[in-house]
Amino acid sequence: MAHGPAKGITRWLYTTNHKDIGSMYLWFSLAMFLIGGVFALVIRAELFEPGLQIVDPEFFNQMTTMHGLIMVFGAVMPAFVGLANWMIPLMIGAPDMALPRMNNWSFWILPFAFCMLLSTLFMDGGAPNFGWTFYAPLSTTYAPPSVTFFIFAVHIMGASSIMGAINIVVTILNMRAPGMTMMKMPLFVWTWLITAYLLIAVMPVLAGVVTMMLMDINFGTSFFDAAGGGDPVLFQHVFWFFGHPEVYIMILPAFGIVSAIIPTFARKPLFGYASMVYATSSIAFLSFIVWAHHMFTVGMPVAGELFFMYATMLIAVPTGVKVFNWVSTMFRGSLTFETPMLFSIAFVILFTIGGLSGLMLSIAPADFQYHDTYFVVAHFHYVLVPGAIFSIMAGVYYWLPKWCGNMYNETMGKVHFWLAFIGLNLTFFPMHFVGLAGMPRRIPDYSLQFADFNMIASCGAFLFGAAQLLFVYNVVATIRSKHKATTEVWENPEGLEWTVPSPAPYHTFTVAPPIK
Amino acid sequence: MLSRVSRSYVRLLASLGLWSASATTWAEEVERWGVNMTQGVTPMSHNVYDLHMDIFWWCVGIGVVVFGVMFYTMIAHRKSKGAKAANFHESTSLEILWTVIPFVILIVMAIPATKSLIEIYDTSESEVDILVTGYQWKWKYEYVGEDVSFFSSLSTDPNEINNLVPKGANYLLEVDEHLVIPIKKKVRFLVTANDVIHAWWVPALAVKRDAIPGFINESWAYVEEPGIYRGQCAELCGKDHGFMPIVVEAVSEADYEVWLSEKKASAAKLKALTEKEFTFDELYSQGEQVYGKNCAACHQPDGKGISGTFPAIAGSAIATGVLGEHMRMVINGSSNNPMMAAFGPQLSEVDIASVITYQRNAFGNNMGDQVQPIDVLKFKQAK
Repeated sequence: MAHGPAKGITRWLYTTNHKDIGSMYLWFSLAMFLIGGVFALVIRAELFEPGLQIVDPEFFNQMTTMHGLIMVFGAVMPAFVGLANWMIPLMIGAPDMALPRMNNWSFWILPFAFCMLLSTLFMDGGAPNFGWTFYAPLSTTYAPPSVTFFIFAVHIMGASSIMGAINIVVTILNMRAPGMTMMKMPLFVWTWLITAYLLIAVMPVLAGVVTMMLMDINFGTSFFDAAGGGDPVLFQHVFWFFGHPEVYIMILPAFGIVSAIIPTFARKPLFGYASMVYATSSIAFLSFIVWAHHMFTVGMPVAGELFFMYATMLIAVPTGVKVFNWVSTMFRGSLTFETPMLFSIAFVILFTIGGLSGLMLSIAPADFQYHDTYFVVAHFHYVLVPGAIFSIMAGVYYWLPKWCGNMYNETMGKVHFWLAFIGLNLTFFPMHFVGLAGMPRRIPDYSLQFADFNMIASCGAFLFGAAQLLFVYNVVATIRSKHKATTEVWENPEGLEWTVPSPAPYHTFTVAPPIK
Repeated sequence: MLSRVSRSYVRLLASLGLWSASATTWAEEVERWGVNMTQGVTPMSHNVYDLHMDIFWWCVGIGVVVFGVMFYTMIAHRKSKGAKAANFHESTSLEILWTVIPFVILIVMAIPATKSLIEIYDTSESEVDILVTGYQWKWKYEYVGEDVSFFSSLSTDPNEINNLVPKGANYLLEVDEHLVIPIKKKVRFLVTANDVIHAWWVPALAVKRDAIPGFINESWAYVEEPGIYRGQCAELCGKDHGFMPIVVEAVSEADYEVWLSEKKASAAKLKALTEKEFTFDELYSQGEQVYGKNCAACHQPDGKGISGTFPAIAGSAIATGVLGEHMRMVINGSSNNPMMAAFGPQLSEVDIASVITYQRNAFGNNMGDQVQPIDVLKFKQAK
């Protein structure tokens, strides 16, 4: 290729190359995943047995808050944007993203946002301690002074996400190779297109709600202060109007990844491509009208309660369609179980378990017992860890040979998978039990009947954490490996990304590829 | 830590052994390990439990079918066994089938859920009304129309929490004052909060309602059996969110009436004490207890506070300054820091007088002065 990458640090600072930016997003996300993981291990260490041993309740609350924020905004979302940067131009036959300079900018503001967020840990009064959902007035009138830094960090992350989302929409709509019609796009491109619209719709709502907090804290307004005529419940409505689509933002790209991987290792085309597209769109639409199921105990009128219960139950239908399609794709295939496939199968099974507990949570009268207990913690970790995290890892193992040109060590990949799989289930499955038995979430200490399961969960968490060190090792070892990957990498995989050499050259598709 | 691990391991083995030996039922074992929702003690809690089990079994059924097919295909259709891939990739009739079947299941579940929800929301015709107010980090109960009200806070010994003494059976689930309610009466709970959002949750009653400042949420329970039912705050409310349990004691109607009249009598007695003059030592030792219950969570048992969050009492400008300012701070709360609540409405005159006396003389403050309950009463009346 005519233009190689620039030399030195300026290559990374000034780059407008989608592959460089994709890699930076992925490395950044990995760093945040490890930091957020350490916070989770502090939580699990304190909960290893009843009584206060390691941290005081004040710091415990800072850990639960920072763990959630870092994992959602620092690990999962940037990882998906990184995958989008790398793969969307390769999948649609485009030379790069449509808005490359904005691409650089949307990545480079992220490290500043997270440095600021993490710096709150060292401030007088400590880091944000009000949970990642930061309900007012705990997060406004009663918040530590560092909350203002938290708000600024959220604004920056939001700006980054919006720019990233705009870039993806523009790229997909304008940059497809001739002949790549919408209904020929790989499902990963489809799910990201829909995700990007969700991001553009809800990130401004998040920015709005934190700005209202900023006004309440620093400029004497009373949006959320009952004593000033405000409404603490308003906060929750606005937050969850952002928050519920947000949880789909963290899962729809995952659907796209496993929809790419399962057909490759089943050696059979994806079952029900069109219905997958429609199901994803339905889920995205429904995500806007179910937000108050996070607030069933808040005291809504019964009519509102019923509406949100029915709408929430409906989500089971398109989600079920997707699961049935993946299973049908596997059915009567010719299956092999390489690491990406193992992660994808675990995704389908464990995400389905998380989906089923979600269906239980949608039943409002039963939710009065589940709400704010460890049952909810088990539910959303089953959706997010084997959902978002496993799909990202599946995607990394699947595409890493294309990115760096070297094949990873299959045995090491499988060891990583099985340790992570066992650790994950040991950690989160017992949480269903303690939640049903009555253990509230976000408590630093608990009564004695929850002791046994908590000890099991803590052991599982450390196993899961240790397994991720192996993941880091695998990625680094693959990059430095001498075991070259072929252009196709896998046996007859579908998609334009497998038509360019491994590693993918710095510039690809400078001439649009022919589409069959 | 190791000893605890080995202890639970031994317990696990022992229970497995006992289980086979004494042939306890599966249900009993499940109950002992605490793996499921409580059935509770009200008709509504049984109803909720049934809904929970119905939807659970539907989920198990769906899981068995989906995972059954997956595991079958993972075993039967392996490339290593020579499986050749088929090439089918769509079927409109299948897609319609697996859209319609879940939809029907949802309707089957929605009908009883709707019925229960409407019943839960019917708080009319209650026989006892109790106003429940969440504070950081305790509950206040006011019996509407009875002139009885009191605070209920954690009574677990801090030494148990800090692992200095063995933990009792009701560790973190015990309070100084139970919420006493009569059985076989519709008791309505009016739930609100004074500072941040809390949630009042008693699993055995299947009642969980957010306690929100500026709002009054309603819920109700009809308890059938006398007993003690324990719950916890379910909404993150700050530092001691995990340390504000709820204990409901359901008693017969006759016992309830006796309890009510005793409560009223002791309230009258407390009022009379306001007129009494206390010695310094009486105030100091009473103040130490009040401090432990109401102040130590933030200002710490040693009075040193937590830097950046909770100011110290030891050597503070207020506790070693003008007496009137100290009384103002305790009674009215801080005007610029909402974390320092107004204790005037929360504590009796005797308690306020003692705790101020204690704070001015403990932690090396040694001011040597004291406050009498009557001074507190005069201060309150003057404002």
